Amino acid sequence: MKKAFNPRRFAADNAVVLIFLTITAVCVPISGLPPLSIAQEIFTRIGRNAFLVFSLILPIMAGMGINFGMVLGAMAGQIGLIFAVDWNIVGVPGLIFASLIGVPIAAGLGWIAGEILNRARGREMVTSYILGFFMDGIYQLVVLYMMGAIIPVHSLAITLSRGYGIRNTLNMDPVRQSLDRLLPFRIGMVNLPLANYLTIAVLCLFIIWFRKTKLGQDMRAVGQDQSVSHAAGIPVERTRILAIVISTVLASIGQIIFLQNLGNMATYNAHKQTGFFSAAAILVGGASVSKATIPNVFIGVVLLHLMYIVVPRAGTNLFGSAMIGEFFRDAFSYGVIALALVLHAWRKRANAESARAGLRGTAAAAATVVAEGAGR
Amino acid sequence: MTEEFKKKAVDAVRDFGWPRIIIFLFVLLLFIVAPFVGVRVDTSISDVLIRFGQNGVMVLALVPMMQAGAGLNFGLPVGIIAGLLGATLSVQFGLTGWIGFTGAIGLCLPFAIVFGLLYGMLLNKVKGEEMTIAMYVGFSIVTFMSILWIVLPYTNPTMVWGYSGTGLRTTITLDGYWTKILNDFLVIRIGSNFTLPTGAILFFALAAFAMWLFMHSRTGTALTAVGSNPDFARASGVSADRMRIASVVVSSVYGALGILVYQQSFGFIQVYNAPLFMAFPAVAAILLGGASVNKANLLNVIVGTFLFQGILTMTPSVINSVMKTDMSEVIRILISNGMIIYALTRKTKVTK
Repeated sequence: MKKAFNPRRFAADNAVVLIFLTITAVCVPISGLPPLSIAQEIFTRIGRNAFLVFSLILPIMAGMGINFGMVLGAMAGQIGLIFAVDWNIVGVPGLIFASLIGVPIAAGLGWIAGEILNRARGREMVTSYILGFFMDGIYQLVVLYMMGAIIPVHSLAITLSRGYGIRNTLNMDPVRQSLDRLLPFRIGMVNLPLANYLTIAVLCLFIIWFRKTKLGQDMRAVGQDQSVSHAAGIPVERTRILAIVISTVLASIGQIIFLQNLGNMATYNAHKQTGFFSAAAILVGGASVSKATIPNVFIGVVLLHLMYIVVPRAGTNLFGSAMIGEFFRDAFSYGVIALALVLHAWRKRANAESARAGLRGTAAAAATVVAEGAGR
Repeated sequence: MTEEFKKKAVDAVRDFGWPRIIIFLFVLLLFIVAPFVGVRVDTSISDVLIRFGQNGVMVLALVPMMQAGAGLNFGLPVGIIAGLLGATLSVQFGLTGWIGFTGAIGLCLPFAIVFGLLYGMLLNKVKGEEMTIAMYVGFSIVTFMSILWIVLPYTNPTMVWGYSGTGLRTTITLDGYWTKILNDFLVIRIGSNFTLPTGAILFFALAAFAMWLFMHSRTGTALTAVGSNPDFARASGVSADRMRIASVVVSSVYGALGILVYQQSFGFIQVYNAPLFMAFPAVAAILLGGASVNKANLLNVIVGTFLFQGILTMTPSVINSVMKTDMSEVIRILISNGMIIYALTRKTKVTK
């Protein structure tokens, strides 16, 4: 059965993207920013953020919703960076060194997170969100109290004056923008961080390949139906744990790429917004809680950051107050996440109800088709 | 006889959960250690009581939604925003003293009921995903209201920014309006270190009694039935959707009252981003008191609030004196979020 293009269904399916597109399109001219500088910002931010957003794809595929626990990986990456800066390993080797420390930590944390989420089936998202808060406590314990006291830290420049604990702002001179500047590339007036794009391209290829492997197929099956997968001999719990482990590891590398671009790290705050930004980006890109693709990531990163660039300026120009623009931006991002979650939950229920109605016989089945149409 | 008793005791412990017992012993230990490290016990107890009165009503707000099976109300900010509207309007109209406080209650109720109705209808559409959505609905409304705090035409000079004359300040002092109006009602002071905030405790008792009446009314019983066994409830002619909306409305009203009690004790109205994370301590408190995601009672509220506020009061003073560093923030984060994770991952026993 070939689906005819139905504008209403298209609008319902892409409501989040369309609303976002409209608001941003209105704000671009109001902001008065020159197109070239907007383009430059967007290209930089794709290189900075896309990797992080990619870490959300696999758990979505495995039916675990948005892994807000990716901040665990972000924290692991930050610990790696602290050591790279402490040992003063310069340039890209510094980033690789940071990853070598960050990835095993992320894998361990991911395993723990996976085990916990397996015990909280049906409420993975809220549990992973709180898990991020909890691990923030552990992170503070390690970085603020143990580093320099139990864990050796050499550089006095990064420790607090009391002798232990890392400073609130970590100056990352040795590795600052080392990946961005590895392969300098310019088109006209716009700088493109080519090395970042290559890394992201490799990751995309990895994800495309991974989907075709046995494990990738298992993940999809588990995402569709856990009990059927179990009956088919797929180790459901292990598959779910692996999805979270890979997600956390990718997030740790993503955070390293993100922070090398910024050049400074707010030691105790840098990871706090990561989950929120990445979740907003992938949902704005048209992903739902149960389906996410590579284009969703790119569309989402471009749209979200376009909004982040233009809305505060538009707010300043319209209302004469930058604060309104900034609050609007936050409200809008939170609202978009809420809307995407609501639409998805709503659709899921409508589908479940129509499936139940289908059992009642042919008369009801006709009604089902209608209900399904409305539900989509 | 002793065997049976032993079994019962083990069961009770398992029911209550080891983490809670460890935390309970931890709080007890803090109180025992306190005098030896130079922390006054009477001041500490007084602080815990004041904080209990300050936060209790907000914890109470979580009970109906948990009982109705709508989960932990991370969307408590919906009610809190209604309370903030009531409080700011009351100050705007220049109402002071008891008239100010009761005026704030009166003004916040319509908002709380309307917000609660809308929020409840939304949650009915997303059964099974309430908690994540509640959290983001809360975040959205807080940030959205931040715009309104700037735009709304408030004019009272104590509330708006001095130089521009528009937009609310981030913290608004209640001095001269209704600071500590409940805390100072029938207050009992013993020595210079012990204060019993009788009014706030009485208000909490009144709110708890009202909640008890509500939960034992026709609606309350039906609501519990919906949470315990939705199919059974439907078979006996109870509309699950209506009961859930009722629970959300009551929860929002209590959230609004809760923030008013909090403000009068704190002495300030905090607007903008302040309410963003206010639901989390309340949730941690009720879970600490022995509630599970789908079952909560008033005892859970009282025990939980005491324990949680006990930790908040005692850890900074005692731990700092023992370890010479301020670890209290880390301990607070670990205990409150650890408790929420524990409850979310626990196999919930719906019927006993």
